[in-house]
Amino acid sequence: MLEDKDRIFTNLYGFGDRSLKGARARGNWDGTKAIIDKGRDWIIAEMKASGLRGRGGAGFPTGLKWSFMPKTVDPKRPHYLVINADESEPGTCKDREIMRNDPHTLVEGALIASFAMGAHACYIYVRGEYIQERERLEAAVDEAYEARLIGKDNIHGWPFDLYVHHGAGAYICGEETAMLESLEGKKGMPRMKPPFPAGMGLYGSPTTVNNVESIAVAPTILRRGASWFTSFGAPNNFGTKVFCVSGHVNKPCNVEEAMSIPFRELIDKHCGGVRGGWDNLLAVIPGGASVRLVPAAEIIDCPMDFDSLAKLKSGLGTAAAIVMDKSTDIIRAIARLSYFYKHESCGQCTPCREGAGWMWRVMERMVQGRAQKREIDMLLDVTKQVEGHTICALGDAAAWPIQGLIAHFRPEIERRIDQYAANPASEPLRAAAE
Amino acid sequence: MSVRRLADEQPTSFEFAPDNKAWAEKELAKYPPGRQASAVLALLWRAQKQNGYWLPRPAIETVAAMLDMPNIRVLEVATFYTMFNLAPVGRHYVQLCGTTPCMLCGAEDLKAVCRKRIGEQGHVTSDGLFSWTEVECLGACCNAPMVQINEEYYEDLTPENFAKLLDDLAAARPVRTGSQVGRVSSEPIGGLTSLTTLYGADGRGAPGAPANDQSPPSPDEAAAHAHAEVEAADIQAALATLPADATPEQKADAVGDRPPALEAPREGGPDDLQRINGVGPVNEKRLHELGVYHFDQVAAWKRREIRWVGTYLSFPGRIDREQWVLQAAALAAGGSGPKDEQTHLPTGKIGD
Repeated sequence: MLEDKDRIFTNLYGFGDRSLKGARARGNWDGTKAIIDKGRDWIIAEMKASGLRGRGGAGFPTGLKWSFMPKTVDPKRPHYLVINADESEPGTCKDREIMRNDPHTLVEGALIASFAMGAHACYIYVRGEYIQERERLEAAVDEAYEARLIGKDNIHGWPFDLYVHHGAGAYICGEETAMLESLEGKKGMPRMKPPFPAGMGLYGSPTTVNNVESIAVAPTILRRGASWFTSFGAPNNFGTKVFCVSGHVNKPCNVEEAMSIPFRELIDKHCGGVRGGWDNLLAVIPGGASVRLVPAAEIIDCPMDFDSLAKLKSGLGTAAAIVMDKSTDIIRAIARLSYFYKHESCGQCTPCREGAGWMWRVMERMVQGRAQKREIDMLLDVTKQVEGHTICALGDAAAWPIQGLIAHFRPEIERRIDQYAANPASEPLRAAAE
Repeated sequence: MSVRRLADEQPTSFEFAPDNKAWAEKELAKYPPGRQASAVLALLWRAQKQNGYWLPRPAIETVAAMLDMPNIRVLEVATFYTMFNLAPVGRHYVQLCGTTPCMLCGAEDLKAVCRKRIGEQGHVTSDGLFSWTEVECLGACCNAPMVQINEEYYEDLTPENFAKLLDDLAAARPVRTGSQVGRVSSEPIGGLTSLTTLYGADGRGAPGAPANDQSPPSPDEAAAHAHAEVEAADIQAALATLPADATPEQKADAVGDRPPALEAPREGGPDDLQRINGVGPVNEKRLHELGVYHFDQVAAWKRREIRWVGTYLSFPGRIDREQWVLQAAALAAGGSGPKDEQTHLPTGKIGD
């Protein structure tokens, strides 16, 4: 069990003082100068040694990502750090708490990360709907400027400007290259890779895009050392992580826990158990909407980390567990996600633009059972044709929830088709609703 | 992908207010020279905010000119990003999260509340107070189900507290933003399970912790309050000019417009106006005298007509507080009113 002294976000819930004074009392901005004085190579080596994997969903090693930035800075192409605070993966609400309650962890992380990659400017791209969160973050940035912790002439000796930018309600802008397009004032349509952002990103300059949590944990890791961070979690999945648990648990909450905590322990300790008890658990989407669901029997004792969940053909994603008990209409729950992807597809690649809408329409029929059993395989086949054939991963994300549903709940889909076929004129929901 | 087009009816011009213009200059300074297009989202958002939360074509063109961008580029942006409303919305614009985590926790029931009290998606109520739309995940999943109204999040909703929230907003009563069940943010309800050594098991043990949960009224509430107060003062000022023995009718004419009257109830007889919470036998009789017999007549009252009736009945502000117009709209649409859910009383004592 993770102890409070090892928690990074000590004001996650906003019970303490979120201002600079309060943040300093909790240990933020302590010895930042000493860390920067150790130099760029030391910081990147320490981040690599900590084994921190990106907290935005893909789990790419953060230290390695930082090391991709060119070693020397071409004055015509200044380096940029862009922090991805466009949190809109269904189920995920952790960055919101960091920004509104513990914003100085992020501001300090932004300075250190920018230094490590030779950037003098950093943009934080906050989703448009987070208005209070943005204001609180801006207040923290202003405090840091005023205390000369950041700015052109700051006490850390690394000229650094931090800007808060905001979006306007497009899920796709959470994809790194779409975010850069949006930041340049265009529609948020993902770019082809290569060139990768580290070579050619914002305004054509070398850029690194990191998730809020990845940046906000960096100062604490560097202060306490990589070995402290690697003392939590299974190998290759080290550290602590903010888990977002939503859906059918008794007490949904965000909580920072050690990686690789078994699902059962996470839910029992922090969320008051599954609604109606463990026998009532149907399935869990363990990492935000874009990963495949996992049925109850497989998830209950599974460690919550990247590798264990990948073995179940799912993923840790953003560590946003959407818990569904046996009262859930699982087909409908996934159909709603299909609608989400249909709504959020940017329309650039044909397989995703057309496929997401097509998959949603078929899913809506499956909800009623108004389908043929052979269409299940056809739907599965179409998801395979969308997956991997688009510029960004939104096409994959639209395909995976449906693949997970068919893999684990095909009998349920067939049962509903049989039910509808047996009584095609009926309106199946009526009796239950009235 | 969704089809988004500009509204048919557009204002002829748009100009940023001076303080917003100054704000825009500061926003532009965030980006390197020549990269001013980066500020397009921020400027469009500010324009929308200034214009009652919807974005007309002249505003899009104004922003394009300010940023030295072709109109079509800004138009592309305005139609791509779903936070830009391209048609007018209600003064309280409800964005209801309907994505799976909220759906699992009861967003469907909240949609039913919206349909009953406001109408279909995109419809603005006749008094201009409300409209709603279903949106995708708003990122407050641990506090599901939730809605965003204008700039504020309202979380941990139930059909009951959501209906009350809408009542309170309509009546310009102070409302609590964030969680509606007393959570500070997304901590587990009923006591902390982590960070207890810092804040105690109930989270109140932090030395010198600010009372974050007692947030001051939001700008929106303040605006609604100010609006109601300004109107009340306005009415008082108008009444003060009248002689003391003015009839209710003269008083009412001084502050508003008489609502359209029917000579007699339509075929099938008058509606039971007492089903509106706040209308008892006395008020019903007086409404009949005014030629008001049907729910749809009440539902169609405009601002100045509400002022007229309120003054005529000597109930300043009460029509808004009790939301006669919203109630009547729901009843006219064949829904039920709040009274129908109460124990049925044989006489209409509740209202009078």
